Amino acid sequence: MSTKSKSIETKTDFNQDERLKKVSKLRLLLNRPELGALGGAILVFIFFGIVAGDTGMFSAYGVLNFLDVSANLGIIAIAAAMLMIGGEFDLSIGSMIGFAGICIAIPAIYWGWPLWMSIIFAFSMAVLVGYFNGILVVKTGLPSFIVTLAMLFILRGATLALTRLITGRTQVPGLRVLIEGDPLAWIFATDTFKWVFTWLGSMNLIALRTDGTPLATGIPPSVIWFIALAIITTWILMKTRYGNWIFASGGDKNGANNVGVPVGRVKISLFIGTAVAATIFATIQVLDAGSADTMRGTLKELEAIAAAVVGGCLLTGGYGSAIGAAFGALIFGTVSMGIFYTDVDTDWFKVFLGAMMLIAVIFNNYIRRKVTESK
Amino acid sequence: MSDYLVQFNNISKFFGKVIALKDVTMKLKKGEIMCLLGDNGAGKSTLIKTLAGVHRPDEGEIIVEEKKTIFDSPKDALDMGIATVYQDLALVSLMSVTRNFFMGREPMKGPPFFRTFDIEKANKIAAERMGQIGIDVRDPSQAVGTMSGGERQCLAISRAIYFGAKVLVLDEPTSALGVHQASVVLKYIVKAASQGLAVILITHNVHHAYPVGNSFTVLNRGKSLGTYAKKDITREKLLSMMAGGEELNKLEVELQEMNRSSAN
Repeated sequence: MSTKSKSIETKTDFNQDERLKKVSKLRLLLNRPELGALGGAILVFIFFGIVAGDTGMFSAYGVLNFLDVSANLGIIAIAAAMLMIGGEFDLSIGSMIGFAGICIAIPAIYWGWPLWMSIIFAFSMAVLVGYFNGILVVKTGLPSFIVTLAMLFILRGATLALTRLITGRTQVPGLRVLIEGDPLAWIFATDTFKWVFTWLGSMNLIALRTDGTPLATGIPPSVIWFIALAIITTWILMKTRYGNWIFASGGDKNGANNVGVPVGRVKISLFIGTAVAATIFATIQVLDAGSADTMRGTLKELEAIAAAVVGGCLLTGGYGSAIGAAFGALIFGTVSMGIFYTDVDTDWFKVFLGAMMLIAVIFNNYIRRKVTESK
Repeated sequence: MSDYLVQFNNISKFFGKVIALKDVTMKLKKGEIMCLLGDNGAGKSTLIKTLAGVHRPDEGEIIVEEKKTIFDSPKDALDMGIATVYQDLALVSLMSVTRNFFMGREPMKGPPFFRTFDIEKANKIAAERMGQIGIDVRDPSQAVGTMSGGERQCLAISRAIYFGAKVLVLDEPTSALGVHQASVVLKYIVKAASQGLAVILITHNVHHAYPVGNSFTVLNRGKSLGTYAKKDITREKLLSMMAGGEELNKLEVELQEMNRSSAN
């Protein structure tokens, strides 16, 4: 046994370049883009475990609460991360959320469309907006930052103007009654695993209302969407040809083009991805709140980009991960809700958000140097 | 019947009034390395892009394996087996060796609609191919950014060969490299030629070109100054031809005059 392992050792020694240090497992792990965000998430949970462990933050209701917030942000953060890996930005995500919201509400309330048709209409508009963003960036070669900044204003303005024109106000309520029995809306509006919570309630393991039903009724749809999107996009990035093309398009546009990667098509599809993700976000929120608000989603694009950056995406493209962005969103969601359970004034949340992003950028920059530096 | 693998006959290319290339002719057999020499502005870039199918020649013909062809796009040239390795190498330094090797041409596995990038197979091929040229990639999932300049060049060439190149067009493969790295790359180029590829090596470095080339074409101001077999020309003659020999002579005379005047 011992002789066997020895012979293997000498063999590998022979193959090793004498100038190379052995790369430790830890080092390899450090090269994964999502590591920083994973570590950050763990730290955040440890922190709140100590500071707010006995406050109800980690009760079933509390957990679902911050998971819901994280998941909503995560849905758009994942799409933003995919686009950033592909080398572009989308600043119109927040405006697209507002726009998608009224695309659902106005046809459903004022034009008498069935809810499912309004939802499909909103998604079609998202594909159009994303396509338009993408084709503009690809054809003009202008920075996506500028193009989508313009779209940020155009979409928000159009949302406001159209809504006031058609309805005379800036909010469209009354959607909740339409959800019941709709063949499509339930995908965006159903709490799942209700039986688990009922069972936990009956066992007296989680908090109950006075009427005996559990306080936390089920997993909100945002969380299911979030997890599904995180899994699918990670699979796409790691395991498919399209995933390789996304990395290539963001890493070196010309190089990728020269070896036959359809860079333009890849980027356009990613812009469609962010617009569609914004619409998923909007649909869930509009159906949950029962109303559409023209200002919904304001500044969400920046939070999504922040989460993607914390998740390990480089601003220059070609590097990052979807699961990292998911962790980034989890950090932000957890802190934004967790801060209510501590004595800290919630005003400090934005300070935390900024500081977190700054640390992440510095860390990512260091990692990039490590990855690209020659030996 | 000619035994040329590829012929570029009397290629001319105009941009408006500017004559970028005029009557450039190059013929290559299997296993031949032709060095295309020229100073800056000699028309090398235009010629490369014409060979690669980016530009369409305004005059002249391209004959690949006896068949007269027209390249409408880089893809056409590639499909005919003419692969161009540009100076930027088309490598993404943040991506792994394997992902770069198969960029745009990923091997797939699995049933339709669930087809995935066959990373294991790709890793194996990439490591194997790099091993053949004496580059031991410890880990094919390491980023290309960690490789040396020579290794990257070899990776780009090896990728072109793997994907069926018959004619390799190499744009300044040694220009950014140190002496040792350059010799590694040149050795690999010779090895590739000995396996039956035709190589067009574009460079302005005669010292790199002369040892490996079988023939030399000198380009000056868009025109070919002729193609010479190695036995017919010396390194010094090549050097003076590509620099526009008289210019260097003039410089020498001027310098001597300066020396004389300063000595006085």
